[in-house]
Amino acid sequence: MKQKLIQNMGFFMLFLSIAATLIFLGLIIYFISIRGLKVISWEFLTEPPRMAMTQGGIAPAILGSFYLTLGAIIFALPLGLACAIYLCEYSPKGFIVNLIRISINNLAGVPSVVFGLFGLAVFVKFFHFGVSILSGSLTLGILILPLIISSSQEALMAVPQSIREASLSLGANKWETIKNIVLPTALPGILTGIILGIGRVAGETAPILFTAAAFYKLGFPKSIFSEVMALPYHIYALMTEGTHPVQQTSIAYGCSLILLFMVLLISGIAIVIRNRQKGMHGQ
Amino acid sequence: MDNKIEIKAQNVDFFYGKTQALKNINIDIYKNLVTAIIGPSGCGKSTFIRILNRMDELVPNTKITGKILFNGWDIINPSIYAVEIRKRIGMVFQKPNPFPKSIFDNISYGLKVNGIKDSSFIEAKVEEALKRGALWDEVKNRLGESALKLSGGQQQRLCIARCLAVESEVILFDEPCASLDPISTAKIEELILELKKDYTIVIVTHNMQQAARVSDYTAFFLLGELIEFGKTQDIFTKPQDSKTEAYVTGRFG
Repeated sequence: MKQKLIQNMGFFMLFLSIAATLIFLGLIIYFISIRGLKVISWEFLTEPPRMAMTQGGIAPAILGSFYLTLGAIIFALPLGLACAIYLCEYSPKGFIVNLIRISINNLAGVPSVVFGLFGLAVFVKFFHFGVSILSGSLTLGILILPLIISSSQEALMAVPQSIREASLSLGANKWETIKNIVLPTALPGILTGIILGIGRVAGETAPILFTAAAFYKLGFPKSIFSEVMALPYHIYALMTEGTHPVQQTSIAYGCSLILLFMVLLISGIAIVIRNRQKGMHGQ
Repeated sequence: MDNKIEIKAQNVDFFYGKTQALKNINIDIYKNLVTAIIGPSGCGKSTFIRILNRMDELVPNTKITGKILFNGWDIINPSIYAVEIRKRIGMVFQKPNPFPKSIFDNISYGLKVNGIKDSSFIEAKVEEALKRGALWDEVKNRLGESALKLSGGQQQRLCIARCLAVESEVILFDEPCASLDPISTAKIEELILELKKDYTIVIVTHNMQQAARVSDYTAFFLLGELIEFGKTQDIFTKPQDSKTEAYVTGRFG
């Protein structure tokens, strides 16, 4: 009787934790929505800002965030995946590789503003890419590189040894085995890493502060060497600068809602792709 | 009996680190016959069979000496490309290990990695392999479905069919029925007897009745040594060594 009571109390505590988490999540969406929805219109999504940010839309910032995210993934995914494949499949196990792994994990803990300064020094100044989509994408790419590497590594390591052996025993060489068997099997896990990476990149402000973002830019970016507006930085700018705090605040909430929606949308697409892959593999 | 020798192992020693797993193994595997390798757990029988298609390479820190002659090659010689050996000597593993792909893709995989691109040829080969693997009737209408949806016994026959598609000459079975029920086991045994017409078969098994049922020759391994090797009938009815007798009559193991 007493044991049952303790067990039920335990379950109740676990339920409370879930409830508390969901409540906070709900509150975030609720407050952003009621404050943001009223400024959202077709014009808001498709027009550039006007009248010192108080009117018009945020289209350049949406587009800028999209470009930066895409650029970061294009840069980080092949590089990160290649690193993970090397570390998992080819590198000899030992002290050096462990050291590399620890370093990569530590890199994931470096504050994002540090990456921002690094980007400024290396991409903007040293390589003369200037404050541009290219510099910002590369900086964001380096920021999520550890995330992509470690999630890809986990996905690769989760592929059972038995099916690698099956492939080798049929006369496939190591690379054929990796390409045809290991990577397709690990793909859902790799996609999970990309989803997390997209969420992280789209929302980062500090790394693009000095490398890509402009407070206000007339028109849309013309090349990868253009400065861009980006949603997170636009929100920051609206809340800290300018002369019309009341209008600017509601526009900032509108931006937040769009950013939230954008991340959910891209993640949603990636999740659908992942689940279809899992379905194909009968998991 | 003047059967041709397909694989000849001479003075094979094998070490995991400093532990010796095989001691001076000498054995002849005859063409188109079934050779069973029996012995208690840890006797080196799986180690031996994995050496035959160079799967031992996947384990770091091992050392091997001696000679294993096959097709004019010394299998142990590192200058012989393992991939070439594995194309000739296929393997069916203890646990069914289909790829997480469709039934069709599982069978065609070996052909594709061997550079075959002609799709009508591949289709014909897949059908032939599944028929020879005694699985065709059960899967012919769902070749596009995931192989992971098959039952354990069907998966194991799929793995056998996958080996058959690549035209190997020898098939190694590493306890192929260890995780299967008696009915699936009976089907696999029937299949092995059918396959020996065209293939040389080596089977590692824990199950002495199985060895007696399917094999022509039997090797008894104990603690890394080959204790006795001979015709299966002789091993089970008049073993020369007292340890073999004790094992086959069930006194230990």
